[in-house]
Amino acid sequence: MTLAEMQLALPEIFLLAAACGVLLADLFIKDERRGLTHMLAMAALVFTAILSLRLLMAPSEVAYAFSDTFVRDRFGDVLKVFSYVILGGVFVYAKHYLRTFELFKGEFYTLSLFALLGVMVLISSASLITLYLGLELLALSTYALVALNRDSTLGSEAAMKYFILGSLASGLLLYGMSLIYGATGTLQLNEISVALASGIGDSMLLTFGLVFIVIAVAFKLGAVPFHMWVPDVYHGAPLPIALFISSVPKLAGLALAIRLLDNGLGGLHDDWQGMLVVLAALSLVLGNFVAIAQTNIKRMLAYSTISHMGFMLLGVLAGTPEGYAAAMFYAISYAIMSAGAFAVLILMSAEGQEADQLADFKGLAKRNPWHAFVMMMILFSLAGIPVFLGFFAKWQVIAATIAAGFTWLAVLAVLTAVVGAFYYLRVVKLMYFDEPENERPFQAPVDFRAVLSLNGVAMLGLGIFSGGLISLCLSAFV
Amino acid sequence: MLDWPLLSLLIWLPIIGAVAVVLAGERTPKLAGPLALLIAGLSFALSLLLYGGFDTASAAMQFQERVVWIAAFDIHYHLGIDGISLPLILLTTLIGVLIIIAGWQIKDRPHLYLASFLVLQGLMVGVFSALDALLFYVFFEAMLVPMFLIIGIWGGPNRIYATVKFFLFTFFGSVFMLIALLWLYLQSGSFAILDLHQLPISLDAQILVFLAFLIAFAVKVPMWPVHTWLPDAHVEAPTGGSVVLAAVMLKIGGYGLVRFSLPIAPDAAASLDWLVIGLSLVAIAYIGFVALAQSDMKKLIAYSSISHMGFVTLGLFLAFAIARNTGDVTGSGLGISGALVQMISHGFISGAMFLAVGVLYDRVHSREISSYGGVANTMPWFALFAVLFFMANAGVPGTSGFVGEFMVILAAFQANAWFAFVAGTSLLLGAAYSLWLVKRVFYGEVSNASVAGLKDLSGREWGLMVVLAVFVLGVGVWPFPLLAMMEASVQQLVEHIMTSKVTP
Repeated sequence: MTLAEMQLALPEIFLLAAACGVLLADLFIKDERRGLTHMLAMAALVFTAILSLRLLMAPSEVAYAFSDTFVRDRFGDVLKVFSYVILGGVFVYAKHYLRTFELFKGEFYTLSLFALLGVMVLISSASLITLYLGLELLALSTYALVALNRDSTLGSEAAMKYFILGSLASGLLLYGMSLIYGATGTLQLNEISVALASGIGDSMLLTFGLVFIVIAVAFKLGAVPFHMWVPDVYHGAPLPIALFISSVPKLAGLALAIRLLDNGLGGLHDDWQGMLVVLAALSLVLGNFVAIAQTNIKRMLAYSTISHMGFMLLGVLAGTPEGYAAAMFYAISYAIMSAGAFAVLILMSAEGQEADQLADFKGLAKRNPWHAFVMMMILFSLAGIPVFLGFFAKWQVIAATIAAGFTWLAVLAVLTAVVGAFYYLRVVKLMYFDEPENERPFQAPVDFRAVLSLNGVAMLGLGIFSGGLISLCLSAFV
Repeated sequence: MLDWPLLSLLIWLPIIGAVAVVLAGERTPKLAGPLALLIAGLSFALSLLLYGGFDTASAAMQFQERVVWIAAFDIHYHLGIDGISLPLILLTTLIGVLIIIAGWQIKDRPHLYLASFLVLQGLMVGVFSALDALLFYVFFEAMLVPMFLIIGIWGGPNRIYATVKFFLFTFFGSVFMLIALLWLYLQSGSFAILDLHQLPISLDAQILVFLAFLIAFAVKVPMWPVHTWLPDAHVEAPTGGSVVLAAVMLKIGGYGLVRFSLPIAPDAAASLDWLVIGLSLVAIAYIGFVALAQSDMKKLIAYSSISHMGFVTLGLFLAFAIARNTGDVTGSGLGISGALVQMISHGFISGAMFLAVGVLYDRVHSREISSYGGVANTMPWFALFAVLFFMANAGVPGTSGFVGEFMVILAAFQANAWFAFVAGTSLLLGAAYSLWLVKRVFYGEVSNASVAGLKDLSGREWGLMVVLAVFVLGVGVWPFPLLAMMEASVQQLVEHIMTSKVTP
């Protein structure tokens, strides 16, 4: 283990130390000064971001470390930087909620930071073992986060369900990995791909392993038919946790798919492409149609996530650099959109009661005109209406799908997007066309409002000036 | 002076102005109206500069602006206009001013109302001037957002159904266009509309592309049988919404057919012209009868719009049959010219009719024909204008309504006498439903107390009516400037679509 190798993993090493530091420091911070923990966690994020940005600015060649189990490349750096930014937003949004609901404890911050560490390790993994380590660190931290409000039966039930199903998926993943290891004799992703290219390995064994791995990826992304946990977890988890689950781990899910399916099993592209086609098509249809029937907004957003993961898979299944870049753009923009949508829910929950019914949106435009406008931009963005960010994500994955020769799938995708527009429009309708039950505006601290405004403006700004982000995503693959 | 990026100004001035109107209106509500009028007026003035600097002899794109937008996919912020888009832009900015004046008295959140229209106006100019297909799509779709809000917030009792239906119908249509555009991009490596015009495509692929575009634009026009959103949207929309919808937004469908369907897939258009002609004739004749049966004034005008837009789609697709019959390529542009004139004329007339209904609705709060009777006795000046507009709608010579319909029917004769016969029924039906409405609403004895208490036009309404009357009569009596503006572009278009793009 040389110093140069340590340099490559500096952000991870720093974050590990910082998370432990926050954990220790929090023990000595009294409840009324809990804001300090928040500041410490934010500082940890900022410094990690600086370290990652230094790597991102450096010459962009791929570098391996720790006996080739850890990789540093542009794809990883970009995803990590966006993870920090989004988690920073999550922290600001969550603080307001945790204060109002008297859940303002240090555990939220340490668990989130450890989850982020898991995301980073997963993103940078070059071997099946590191990948699994990262995934489990993320998953275990998230299970605990879902149960953050331990007095809530709904939350405990969701955590339990998430834990059991998540463990099952991890088991499937491990089993798949073992089969791949059996067939190729290596755990290194790049060696696996070399072995596949040279035709080593029993194809039956490989296909079996691949099936288990694809199932595990589908589970982690929440793609149909492995989506059952998504609505329940979103519904049961406290809002900031649902906000977290719907944003940062989606970037990890993308990294999981690309590291495993492309970096490792790229040679089996023809096999997994067909599986992803089915997963994507089912997710698009089921997610969008079932979302219409929901009256609980958290469940509606959960089904919306499922459909969006279907869209993201469209980019992955193309198997081209443009397709991966489109999927990456999609994951990043979805995480930003979803964070904003949940933030508005947090804003409306200010009275000690979670706003989780569609009816809670009634007349928001008269109570908080600006925040209703922000939410409207987010909803149109989710629906894929130009000039908002979501449109630029959608057309890229659709273009990749057509380029890959799946025009019928592209048609299906846009048709389900029309269906999806209906339930997003319904929220706009509630906000703008209906009368509020009372005129009192919702209050939130200034940092919350600032980040939410920024989040809303990003819908427009990142949409109109999407060229930069598109180039950034493309540069990660070509 | 003409070095200004006029098209960009016309797009962004109203949009940025809308933000100013909202901000000003939040503080001092009184300021919103004058500010919005100032912006709309300035836009109209700028569009006149566009007219002044336009070279009618050239068919090339003029006032071009081209900046890289999304480098990775070679997408440009590319604007430019030819003789087909210029009249539509002038129509948009003119109607924009009228709508701001008409929308002055809205009670509920007037600054947002005015701002929505300004944003919509900027986007519509964007649609008419975009020369990059993705840019076009962005403007095309983004228009839905302000219109959705206009109908949904300020509309009538059934507004939510109407606006959601409007949104989903249009969105449904346009996603097919997106697929077609992306497919074309993958074939040609370019989103530039002019490049796509030159792209050779096999006939089978052309047919698919053509159908995808047709779905998108047929919903927008709207053509029978995807027209059902229009009567709902028109009836529920506030007056300004109805005016902009009928006067400008419907034209975007026709414009799309001219800019995309015909030049990109000319062979498919030639082999499928029977489909469009058939649907157009159904719209003209059948929807004409439907209009006859309406008891709601706005609904009647909405159906009349569908029927009149049938002339537009009919005219656009007659060229192929004419060229087959007469072998005369230059002469086959008559239908297209007629269709384009019809678009502009219908813009004035339908806008004027909806404003006229708005004048009555503001006073009596009813759109039912049966609530009126003898309005001419209490509002003689208003009756004068309204009768003029409904006459123009019936296609009376001397009004703009006559010019376009006459040209299209003339072209239809050259294509097939039966086409002309069916299209001709519109003259009959149009006169029937227009004049019958005039008779029931304006003539006869004063039917009830609310009509008896009507006050004639206010100064503001006078202004609106006079401006529109001038244009309706002006184009009717002297259509030459309008025809001259578009002639070179139409010629080029006709020559282009008569050349096969199928690779041997």
